[in-house]
Amino acid sequence: MALPLVIDIAIGQLRRRKRQSIVSIMGVALGVGFFIAVASLMQGFQQYFVSQVIDIAPHIVIKDEFRTPAVQPAVAAFAEGAVAVRGVKPRDEIRGIRDARGKLAALEAVPGLAAAPTLRGPVILRYGARDHSVALVGVEPERERRVTNIEKDMIAGRLEDLRATANGVILGIGAADRLGAGVGDIITAVSPRGVAVTMKVVGLFSTGLTALDQGEGYALLKTVQILQQRPNVVNSIRIRLADITQAEPLARVIEARFGYRTESWEETNSNILSLFIIQNAIMYSVTGAILLVAAFGIYNIISTVVHEKTRDIAILKSLGFTEGDIARIFSVQGFVVGAIGAALGCLLGWALIEMLAAIRFDFNNPVLRGQRGFIMSRSALPFIFAGGFALVSASAASILPARRAARLNPVDIVRGAA
Amino acid sequence: MSAPPLLEARGVTRILPGEGFGAPPVRLVEDIDLTVGAGEFVAITGPSGSGKSSLLYLLGLLDRPSAGAVLIDGEDTGALSAPALARLRLARLGFVFQFHFLLPEFTTLENVMIPMRRLGRHPQDEIRERARAILASLGLQDAERKLPEQLSGGMRQRVAVARALANDPEIVLADEPTGNLDTRNAATVFDVFARIVGEHGRSVIVVTHDLDLAARAGRRVHLVDGRIVSDGPHSPVVPQAVA
Ligand SMILES: Nc1ncnc2c1ncn2[C@@H]1O[C@H](COP(=O)(O)OP(=O)(O)OP(=O)(O)O)[C@@H](O)[C@H]1O
Ligand SMILES: [Mg+2]
Repeated sequence: MALPLVIDIAIGQLRRRKRQSIVSIMGVALGVGFFIAVASLMQGFQQYFVSQVIDIAPHIVIKDEFRTPAVQPAVAAFAEGAVAVRGVKPRDEIRGIRDARGKLAALEAVPGLAAAPTLRGPVILRYGARDHSVALVGVEPERERRVTNIEKDMIAGRLEDLRATANGVILGIGAADRLGAGVGDIITAVSPRGVAVTMKVVGLFSTGLTALDQGEGYALLKTVQILQQRPNVVNSIRIRLADITQAEPLARVIEARFGYRTESWEETNSNILSLFIIQNAIMYSVTGAILLVAAFGIYNIISTVVHEKTRDIAILKSLGFTEGDIARIFSVQGFVVGAIGAALGCLLGWALIEMLAAIRFDFNNPVLRGQRGFIMSRSALPFIFAGGFALVSASAASILPARRAARLNPVDIVRGAA
Repeated sequence: MSAPPLLEARGVTRILPGEGFGAPPVRLVEDIDLTVGAGEFVAITGPSGSGKSSLLYLLGLLDRPSAGAVLIDGEDTGALSAPALARLRLARLGFVFQFHFLLPEFTTLENVMIPMRRLGRHPQDEIRERARAILASLGLQDAERKLPEQLSGGMRQRVAVARALANDPEIVLADEPTGNLDTRNAATVFDVFARIVGEHGRSVIVVTHDLDLAARAGRRVHLVDGRIVSDGPHSPVVPQAVA
């Protein structure tokens, strides 16, 4: 009933002190705007990074390792703990995933799952007088292309060319540069076992990640198995999922079933992901502090208004306004400052996002892979969060002075003023 | 039995605790018995510091007595909650203070409309018309759109009177409303009080130092040291007691 009147009075009082109101609104707007811009920047980068990881890397990798070393038979026999076995020398077994074919078949029966076997081993590539060592990854092109996006990064040739050419090899652009070799050149690969194979460069890839571009090459699984003298051995199975959120739970299921160490992309990149968490914590506390300062600004203006308006409060109360009415008059002011500030802040945030998105760098950032500007996330979430936070904190900041105003005794003021 | 009086004070005493360590309590008013019926025009006089304002705040339900009771229509207001008292003030009482207390950010018309809007008894356009009529009756028709700061002191005080009359209160309480006014403006204000008493049967209780104006009221209550020393029509007082 009295709400429109209360709002009229509140807005009238705010309008009367334009400069203070504008400063408070600007404080909120800046806090909200920068929060949105920074959050979108960080989120954009993180999402981009994750999407790149998800895009390039397999979602799950089964490795030929075990998380816990096998229990020694002697320890198993004396479970009470009478026997401790120390300094066990690893058995000279050939590492690799046993029965990879069978496991592959079992995995591929799962809907929405693609799997590819790889054998990865070090080789020295030789071209003319130049040497360069890389990790040569043996793949089956038909399976590999369903699991990783190496094809997308190829700047010459195609993955199938490995099949079309006897002993074909695809090199990272960095490795090819080191060797001085290009597509069509014949190079020699020598494995630690001493096997040498003549190979033909059939393709080049450039991921933007120096480590990969300099240190990896792709060849047929068969060829690598011959080079490493490990026929039929596979040392990892890479898996790609239709639904990446299933990566971690599925990895646990696979590990439980097969026993081999199985890492989801989250586990593999856990150091970076936890870095993101720290990054987010820093960002949210810094921008949150801006919003907090804005809230103090609101507290300040409402307190000032209450202080300057004691006479008006007294007369309104003597006219028959209740404590609730008076409290509402002042909390509405906080709310209005918060709301206008939040709205302007959203506009500012949006403008900052567009400005940041328009910036172009001159250098080629390897991490951002060909991206020449900031990658901005355009999600509504930071807007909703910052706007909501501003509204809530603005209202909260005005509650204290509003209640102080409500409790003022009109008699004291009228007596003093007369 | 006759109907209970509109406003009645029964043995009203107001004591403030002394401020500061060891300060004695302050007696503002003591043992006040006063009855004001509908259509009465009462002037409260007395020397400075005699408790006139304090009594008015008590009668106007702005302050609560330490002892005794203030009754409206025979009902003890001491039992009422703060919001209920606020409602009574809004609907049935009107205040005018020595200082005008107009809201500086609102025009004359808006200031007069505020109590009506808060009461919400009439639709907005009717409220506006009533506010205009009240302002016109006080000779303020040309000041409707002006802000308080654009008005002269006398006009402001008349606007404050208009605001006190907004909800057509049964009792108007005025604390030295003419204290800052010249004789002509003061007379206008008293004319309005006389009119609402005479034509509308409302009651007016006015604190004043001005004995000529006090004489226009039908009844005069004289306070000394927080006690009523005389109460009656044009009761003669000692003029030199007035500051
Ligand atoms: N808050 C207070 N603390 C202490 N003493 C007070 C307080 N308020 C009023 N008094 C004292 O109580 C007495 C009555 O005050 P009140 O304002 O009611 O007198 P008054 O008759 O209206 O005086 P005036 O003619 O000057 O307006 C005065 O002596 C005043 O000094
Ligand atoms: Mg007084």
